[in-house]
Amino acid sequence: MSFISYLVNGISLGSVYAIIALGYTMVYGIAKMLNFAHGDVIMVGAYVVMTAIASGGLPPAAAVLLAVVFCTILGVVIESVAYRPLLNAASSLAVLITAIGVSYLLQNVALLVFGANTKSFSSVVPVPALVLAGGSLTISGETIVTIVSCIVIMAGLTLFIKKTKAGQAMLAVSEDKGAAQLMGINVNGTIALTFAIGSALAAVAGVLLCSAYPSLNPYTGAMPGIKAFVAAVFGGIGSIPGALIGGILLGVIEIFGKAYISSQMADAIVFGVLIIVLIVKPAGILGKNIQEKV
Amino acid sequence: MKMRKVMSALLVAAMTTALMTGCGSGSGSSDSGAASDSGSTADTGSDSAEDSGSDEGGKFKIGGIGPVTGGAAVYGEAVKNGAELAVKEINEAGGIDGVEIDFNYQDDEHDPEKAVNAYNTLKDWGMQALLGTVTSAPCVAVSEVSQADNMFMLTPSGTAVECVQYDNAFRVCFSDPMQGLESAKYIGENGLAKKVAVIYDSSDVYSTGIYEAFAKEAENQDFEIVAAEAFTAEAKTDFSVQLQKAKDGGAELVFLPFYYTEASLVLKQAAGMNFTPIFFGCDGMDGILAVEGFDVELANNLMFMSPFTPTSEDEAIQKFVKDYDAAYGGTPNQFAADAYDGIYAIKAAIEEGGVTSDMAPSDVCDAMKAAMVEISIDGVTAKGLTWEASGEPSKEPMVVKIENGDYAVVE
Repeated sequence: MSFISYLVNGISLGSVYAIIALGYTMVYGIAKMLNFAHGDVIMVGAYVVMTAIASGGLPPAAAVLLAVVFCTILGVVIESVAYRPLLNAASSLAVLITAIGVSYLLQNVALLVFGANTKSFSSVVPVPALVLAGGSLTISGETIVTIVSCIVIMAGLTLFIKKTKAGQAMLAVSEDKGAAQLMGINVNGTIALTFAIGSALAAVAGVLLCSAYPSLNPYTGAMPGIKAFVAAVFGGIGSIPGALIGGILLGVIEIFGKAYISSQMADAIVFGVLIIVLIVKPAGILGKNIQEKV
Repeated sequence: MKMRKVMSALLVAAMTTALMTGCGSGSGSSDSGAASDSGSTADTGSDSAEDSGSDEGGKFKIGGIGPVTGGAAVYGEAVKNGAELAVKEINEAGGIDGVEIDFNYQDDEHDPEKAVNAYNTLKDWGMQALLGTVTSAPCVAVSEVSQADNMFMLTPSGTAVECVQYDNAFRVCFSDPMQGLESAKYIGENGLAKKVAVIYDSSDVYSTGIYEAFAKEAENQDFEIVAAEAFTAEAKTDFSVQLQKAKDGGAELVFLPFYYTEASLVLKQAAGMNFTPIFFGCDGMDGILAVEGFDVELANNLMFMSPFTPTSEDEAIQKFVKDYDAAYGGTPNQFAADAYDGIYAIKAAIEEGGVTSDMAPSDVCDAMKAAMVEISIDGVTAKGLTWEASGEPSKEPMVVKIENGDYAVVE
């Protein structure tokens, strides 16, 4: 019985990683850059929801919508101000470092605006917990909603990329920016759209993260952001189903490591597994191994 | 081409001058500030020496350090308020032998490096004795430098053993091992539970220190530790495994020796899995009711060790609670009480040691070190509070229970 309950806990932790990893992998897959500020956009999204409900008196659904809009705009602004001027820079490191800078900027602005005190975030998920097997197994409403949203978002993104013109343009940009531009695709616009979608996902992830673990401070997004990045690499960065699988696996390994090996060693185990996976499959579980043509 | 070179040289020159002037004026002003400051202190110092004890004299400069922002801000705020309240009372009553206290409180954000910076700032200001720091890790860092300076320090709430490892440092609160030991004794002697689970933060000295002493004392007590699970600072959001293990082990009581921020998540997750043991914490649990947006229902029946109970009928405590509420709004927690007593202990030691406001910090420290073991104060955290040369206080622990969103003393 406890095995199943650990499994459920693992999936519920993993689904939070997965929903964050979806945004990471989307941006990396198209724009080929690691947006280390993703975790902090999540934190901003959660603060927007909290403020909208507490001070604005908005109903939860409207607050979430507001957060999605806010984060989308924030994502586009960050992209155009901080990343776009560097996109053609000689070194891809420049963008990476800028992303880390943006991450600190967001944390410190939040510190100024909201203060450093940890606040308790009241869950906006109206779904009741599912109690199974006579009360010995509880699946929280947040877990159910997170997993369902993960699957819906994953399916939606896949459809969007495969079936729409904008999605096709994204694929083209991800394969060859120069060639895509020659074919008349607006590369900058496509990358901005990618950031818009990625940041909207971050807002949703922020709401779900803080509903599941109701504690919010300016550093809330940092650690889950890093773990989700690991999940995205684990599943094969750039692959949308890979982010889901990587996230869930990461959560399950973390919980099982805690439960059956040592609660102190959980992180060491998670990263140990990551190293093994990357040795065996360098591109991650679902990553495509593209050979460089010379 | 030549033009460009000239221009760039000019630009460099302009920027360098700008930089230099920036530096120059900055250091100049701070220099003059420091000079005038030390001048005035020296003046008033000699004044007070002349007419020793007249109310015209200089001031005792007492520094305070603690987190006013950051994750532990609730503690730092409380200490600041408690100390300022005591300082105000003392000054209104005519100071210490007619000499007022000047209190300067600096933020350290619960960060050792920032705490040392704050300490240096206070030293430049002319601090003669330190009340602080509030949290353990910064306190240990500051005790290293204060020992080198021979600066007297009294921490209101630094519980780690190392906080008072040097002879210049004393504390008002219990040490970590004391808290672990007393918690285990309390649980055993009151028969709260036969099966106990412990969740602790293995990346934190405070939490590990309490846990180790608790586990050691548990062997002598009539209960069994069925699960001892750790977590680390990198994974402090999900406690489902630790709680599940406690639940599977049949724990009737879960001991949570860590800070309230994580504890609020533990309580929420335990409620989510229908696990309702007694939760028992240490002084770090105090403050949980002040978390913005926290559902106080979850904390019902939560018990924790605390040297201070605002609901006590004691006259001094009632006065303190009333004055605190009037000045800052809200009920003081034990950190405020520790700080309040800390300032009175410093006052008592100043009187006992015959310290005057013109003495150098090192001489103040020598006099106060000797005086600390002689004094006995009736404070709000204990009656007849005394100190040992090791820096530890001797007082009785108390246990507080939260009922209907408020504190209640457990007899």
